Amino acid sequence: MKRVFVNEEWCLGCRLCEYWCANANLGGKTASDMVRNLKGRKINARIRVEDGANDGKINFAVQCRHCYDPMCVKSCISGALSISDGVINVDTEKCVGCFTCVLTCPYGCVMPSDDGHVVQKCELCLSNAVGSPACVEHCPNHAIVYEERGVL
Amino acid sequence: MIPLRHPPLEGQIRIPSGCAISGVFHKDGKTESGRRIIDSIALMHDRSNGLGGGFAGYGIYPEYKELYALHIFYLDQNVKQDCEEFIREHFDLANAGEIKTRNIAEIRDAPKIWRYFIFPHAYKLDSSELDEREYVAECVFAINRRFEGKAAVFSSGKNMGVFKANAFPEDVGRFYMLEDYSGYAWTAHGRYPTNTPGWWGGAHPFSLLDYSVVHNGEISSYDANRRNVEMFGYDCKLRTDTEVITYIFDYLTRREGLTFEEASAVVAAPFWSTIELMPDDEKEFYTYLRKRYHALLINGPFSIILGFTGGMLVLGDRLKLRSMVVAEHGDTFYAASEESAIRLIQPELDRTWAPDAGEAIIVKLYKEGE
Amino acid sequence: MENGKIYLSPEYEVVRSDEKCIRCRVCERQCADDVHYYDADADRMCALDENCVNCHRCVSVCPTHALKIKVSENRFRENDNWSDTKVREVYLQANSGGVMLGAMGTPLKYPTYWDKILINASQVTNPSIDPLREPMETRTFLGKKNQKTVRDADGRLVTKFTSPQIELDAPIMFSAMSYGSISYNAHASLARAATELGICYNTGEGGLHEDFYPYGANTIVQVASGRFGVHADYLMAGAGIEIKMGQGAKPGIGGHLPGRKVGPDVSRTRMIPEGSDAISPAPHHDIYSIEDLRQLVYSLKEATAYRKPVIVKISAVHNVAAIASGIARSGADIIAIDGFKGGTGAAPSRIRDNVGIPIELALGAVDSRLREEGIRDEVSVVVGGSIHSSTDVVKAIALGADAVYIGTAALLALGCHLCRSCHKNNCNWGIATQNPTLVKRLNPDYGARRLVNLVSAWKHEIMEVMGGMGINSIEALRGNRLMLRGVDLNEKELEILGIKYAGESI
Repeated sequence: MKRVFVNEEWCLGCRLCEYWCANANLGGKTASDMVRNLKGRKINARIRVEDGANDGKINFAVQCRHCYDPMCVKSCISGALSISDGVINVDTEKCVGCFTCVLTCPYGCVMPSDDGHVVQKCELCLSNAVGSPACVEHCPNHAIVYEERGVL
Repeated sequence: MIPLRHPPLEGQIRIPSGCAISGVFHKDGKTESGRRIIDSIALMHDRSNGLGGGFAGYGIYPEYKELYALHIFYLDQNVKQDCEEFIREHFDLANAGEIKTRNIAEIRDAPKIWRYFIFPHAYKLDSSELDEREYVAECVFAINRRFEGKAAVFSSGKNMGVFKANAFPEDVGRFYMLEDYSGYAWTAHGRYPTNTPGWWGGAHPFSLLDYSVVHNGEISSYDANRRNVEMFGYDCKLRTDTEVITYIFDYLTRREGLTFEEASAVVAAPFWSTIELMPDDEKEFYTYLRKRYHALLINGPFSIILGFTGGMLVLGDRLKLRSMVVAEHGDTFYAASEESAIRLIQPELDRTWAPDAGEAIIVKLYKEGE
Repeated sequence: MENGKIYLSPEYEVVRSDEKCIRCRVCERQCADDVHYYDADADRMCALDENCVNCHRCVSVCPTHALKIKVSENRFRENDNWSDTKVREVYLQANSGGVMLGAMGTPLKYPTYWDKILINASQVTNPSIDPLREPMETRTFLGKKNQKTVRDADGRLVTKFTSPQIELDAPIMFSAMSYGSISYNAHASLARAATELGICYNTGEGGLHEDFYPYGANTIVQVASGRFGVHADYLMAGAGIEIKMGQGAKPGIGGHLPGRKVGPDVSRTRMIPEGSDAISPAPHHDIYSIEDLRQLVYSLKEATAYRKPVIVKISAVHNVAAIASGIARSGADIIAIDGFKGGTGAAPSRIRDNVGIPIELALGAVDSRLREEGIRDEVSVVVGGSIHSSTDVVKAIALGADAVYIGTAALLALGCHLCRSCHKNNCNWGIATQNPTLVKRLNPDYGARRLVNLVSAWKHEIMEVMGGMGINSIEALRGNRLMLRGVDLNEKELEILGIKYAGESI
């Protein structure tokens, strides 16, 4: 299965991925969609850029690893989190907002959604208008890639 | 149509042309008159347009075979005296006279055409520090330069001669009465220029020393080739492909000492992709020639018949963009733009084939001078 | 006002559409010139126009296309004699007391002769060739060609080529750009691309970083007046050695890499102390004449056992033909000529904008001269200094060049936006900088890919144009001036270029 990987050597910490992620998950695809979706709004992206040590010279974008043996799915009390074809999805109809998954994810990649009642996480943009990870498409330095690397 | 009052001369304008070519070669040294070669080229009448035709015959002057035969057009008779003075200054003159021609309706604007059998002055040749052939070539260049547009040496080999005019080739053959000559090899050319050459010097074959070239095609590498050979003293006055091809062969074989096979591998070099598939020694051979003589690779369509003392070379371009058929019957070799031009004069043939792109076919007399 | 800043209003104006700006602050994070900042109280993005160099990094990364950079409409009182630029330059020099510095090639409006030369094509009498169906050869060998043809005792041709040659799959090389003037990642991109393309890149005068020795077969190593990074292994590492006598952007001028660009890596590569200024003298102090050049040429040949061709690179100056003739007789294998429009990482802009001659005319003169003297095959000729496109390459080859050097075009492929601020070490595109946070902006995987794309695209176009002319091998194009015609050129220009006017047929 193809996954999103980030190469910190080339991550510039520009945070474009966060904005394109937020836009994609609000149904947007284009630059003008972004203006409509994100203007005057604090974004809550499913990918987060960590600014690391070394005087901010290392940056790293983090999003769901789509683990083979995911803690979040194991800990879900309502069956809202499930794996389909390797991709971990959230069923917001089932989510009761207990946030156990938020606590168990070792990467901090499951987070409460804007309304605070359910969780959200990266679903690789497979079911939104973009169709493939928006963060990858818009990374200006090709630091984020979407590729098959076998079993991790 | 009103004819141009002063049509541009060959050399003042570059004239692309299509053509017909034909050649006959007796490997056993047997001779024949010019009749059959005229018939052969006449069959391809539609491949020329009356603006140039010519022949080269080898072995035609056995009585003077050690002497160089100069054929000269005097377009302006006033320079004849000066020109002859130049010749006497540089050569011993054994015989001089007007070349006999037949008065025919199709050819009216003939210049005076003279022939001189000559040999370099011993002391002049000595003091020039040139070898004999180089000396003769330099003198030919000098005459053509000095009397540009007024007199032109169009044949300068030993025991061979070029006969050409601004007309259909079959008329040129009749005009020069080629039935009276006898040679072991003949080549012929009918020209289809797309422009108006004004004078006879531009007709083909083009010749230097005993090399004569008849050529069909238009080479796209012309200026790359010209600028390279001009570096070695070849003055490309006529601006024709045939001229530059002749000089290339002269340079490669006479000055650089390559064989005709090697020279052919230079001008119609195999593609790199072909060379890469060759065994190592062949690969190195062709790579050497391509690197060393890079500027003498010829591009664009051509098929040529190059006559030289005791031999004939047939070569087509590396993409085979011009037709060429060769054939054998007994000891006689034929080459022509069209097979029909061979069948007409020799209906029964042992073998006919079309050489591959860039493949050189070289025939030689079994025994030199036989 | 300190330093006379009162005289200098911003050259550029950052225009931001507030309607489109979503305050993502990418512009702020990506601008190394500190132009953009966020005013939290007013919740808006602001700009310090005076810092802007118009490099377009912010414009390119802004996700909502909210930005554009305009040349300031602010103008001095109209004056056709004293243009705004000239006035500003006087203010700048009155402020600083220093020479005007600039980077990249001259931006001034001089004639581009490439654009006044048109190419021929076949019609009727000679077929054009379709490069998709027939072989189309662009392979080029650089080096001496005039080897004496000899035969062995059996009369067989000796086919060993003794003069060392550089083999190129296309007649294009990347120009000399030193590690120091450009970044590690820029060099990595050039080295990888050259290797994939079967061409060469050039180290420039900054030595060869140890990581790039594996790309040696596709590297030209340079020996310049500063001799930075020159040692035996370095000379043997490359496909050829280039003696840099001059550079088109700064003929007669040396080089100066400021100490702030000399970090640990650059220091090790150049073999100079960290933080020290790297100064290349204007002349080579062991070459004050043509016979001295010959000594260096042969020193380098001796040092490399005659296995490496030696290039001598000069800038195109008035007497270029005679100089080239001298170089051709100096033992050099290749002459590289850099036209006055050629680029630089830093040069006094007066020199850059006023010294030298156009490469087209220099090439015309040099190729003609070498042929007149019968020594054209003694050397190969490589030209650079504003080759913009594949057709410029075709025209250069037809005028007589064996190959071209491309520098600016290669940098553009890597993302350069020609802001001409290379000398500031603050390149927002990660090219002309040694600042690690900026250097990482150029991902060499991607940089190499873009260079490969560019040169492959040009090669395709060159093959199309050649095919149109009925030419299927680059050597039949070389020096084939009859394939060119001039427009909008005077008699003298035509004479120097050695071409006819459009409509003339000989």
